[in-house]
Amino acid sequence: MKITQGQFSFLPDLTDEEIRKQVDYAIGRGWALSVEWTDDPHPRNTYWTMWGLPMFTIKDGAAVLFEVNACRKSHTNAYIKVNAFDNTRGVESIAMSFIVNRPKDEPGFGLVRQESDGRNIRYTTHSYATDRPAGRRY
Amino acid sequence: MATENTTSVDPPTHVNLQSILQEANVLDVLAQLDTDLVGLAPVKKRLREIAAFLVVSKARERLGIEAAVPSLHMCFTGNPGTGKTTVAMRMAEILHRLGYVRKGHVVSVTRDDLVGQYIGHTAPKTKEVLKKAMGGVLFIDEAYYLYRPENERDYGQEAIEILLQVMENNRDDLVVILAGYKDRMDTFFKSNPGMSSRIAHHIDFPDYSDEELLTIAQTMVGQMHYRFSEDAVAAMRDYIAMRKAQPHFANARSVRNALDRARLRQANRIFEAATQPGVEASRDDLSEITAQDIRASRVFQGGL
Repeated sequence: MKITQGQFSFLPDLTDEEIRKQVDYAIGRGWALSVEWTDDPHPRNTYWTMWGLPMFTIKDGAAVLFEVNACRKSHTNAYIKVNAFDNTRGVESIAMSFIVNRPKDEPGFGLVRQESDGRNIRYTTHSYATDRPAGRRY
Repeated sequence: MATENTTSVDPPTHVNLQSILQEANVLDVLAQLDTDLVGLAPVKKRLREIAAFLVVSKARERLGIEAAVPSLHMCFTGNPGTGKTTVAMRMAEILHRLGYVRKGHVVSVTRDDLVGQYIGHTAPKTKEVLKKAMGGVLFIDEAYYLYRPENERDYGQEAIEILLQVMENNRDDLVVILAGYKDRMDTFFKSNPGMSSRIAHHIDFPDYSDEELLTIAQTMVGQMHYRFSEDAVAAMRDYIAMRKAQPHFANARSVRNALDRARLRQANRIFEAATQPGVEASRDDLSEITAQDIRASRVFQGGL
C-alpha cells in the first residue's frame, strides 16, 4: 500500500529533475529546505529524523538533491521527505513537504480495536512495519 | 481532406550558431571583457576559446550528437592583483548565459571556509560551502593553502577529497575555479595529481606592463569620478615604476591603494586651503588629483 502523506503523494513518484524544480520553487520563495527520514510512517508520527541541518543559504535545488541522494544511500529502504519552512512572521511553519523516497515494500496499516469500559470500542491504526524493531522494519 | 504529415522527430541537420550566440548574449560579455579589462591578452584569448568551445558543444547537443558534458573546472594562476577574481565573475556570467550553470552566482571562499578546526568538522563545513555554490561557480582563492605537506594530520586533505568527489559527481551542478600564485599552485598540483587531472583549463595571468597599469589607474580615477591633472599623469607613471621595484607589489590592487591614498591627500589639501577665509572650492578643484597628491607618497622617499 503506497502511503499518501504530504504533497504529490497521489502522483507517481517524482523524478530527480522534478524534485529539483520543486525545490527551486521553494528557494525562490525564500524558504529553508530540510531533508528528514523515518522507518515509522504512522500519519501521527510528526518527528522524523533530520538528515543534516536545514539549508538556509543554498541557491539551487541541486544542493537539496545532493543531500537527498546521500540520505538515500544510507537509508535506501526508508521514507525520506523534503520540507520547506516558511519563516515569515505569522506563518512560521512548514509550507511544503513531500516524500522523495519510500521502501520497496510498504505493508501498510491495520485497524486495531481496543475493548474499553463497558462495551466501548476504541479504534486506532497500526503500522505493520513497526511490529519489528527499528532498523529491521523494511 | 488528406494533409501531408511529414513532421519528423529526427534532430535537425543544421544549426544556426548565430542564434545560439544571440540567445546567450555571449558576444556582449566578451566585448565587455575586452573593453573593461586592460591588457591580459592571453587570458582573453583563452576565454574566447572556451566560449567558442561551449557554443559549439551547445550546437552539437542540438544536432543530437552525443557528447559528455565538457569539464569546466578551471585554475587561474597569477600574481596578486592581476584580475583573477574579476575574470572569474565574468566566466560565471558566460557559463550562466550558455546554460552550463543554472544560477550563475559566484561563491568566493578561502581555506578558512572549507577546513575545520577539529576532527569531523571539515566535512560538513566543506559540504555546506559546496551546497551554497551549487548552480553557480565556486571560486577558491589561494587554493594551495588547502594542502599543507608539513602537517600530515592537517584537515585540508579531507576538504580536497570531498571537493574532488563533488567536482567529479556533480559536474553539471557546479564549476570550481581555483586561484593562486603560479609556483605554489604548481607544487599543489604536483602533490594532488587527482586535482590536476580534473581541471581542464589552466589559465595563467601575466603581470601588467607599466603602460597598462597607467591605463588602469586612469580608468579607476574615472570610475571614482576624479581626474588626473596633466602633471599627475607623469607623477603616476613615476610612481608605478618605483612601486614595482619594491616588494609586495600587487599590480592593479597596489594602484588602487595608491589612488585611495592620493584621494585622502587631495581631500586634506582642499580642507587645509578651506581654513583660509574666503576660499571657495570649484567642481574642478574637488575632482582633480594633482601631482602633489601623488608625489607625497612614501614610495618616492624610498619607503613602502
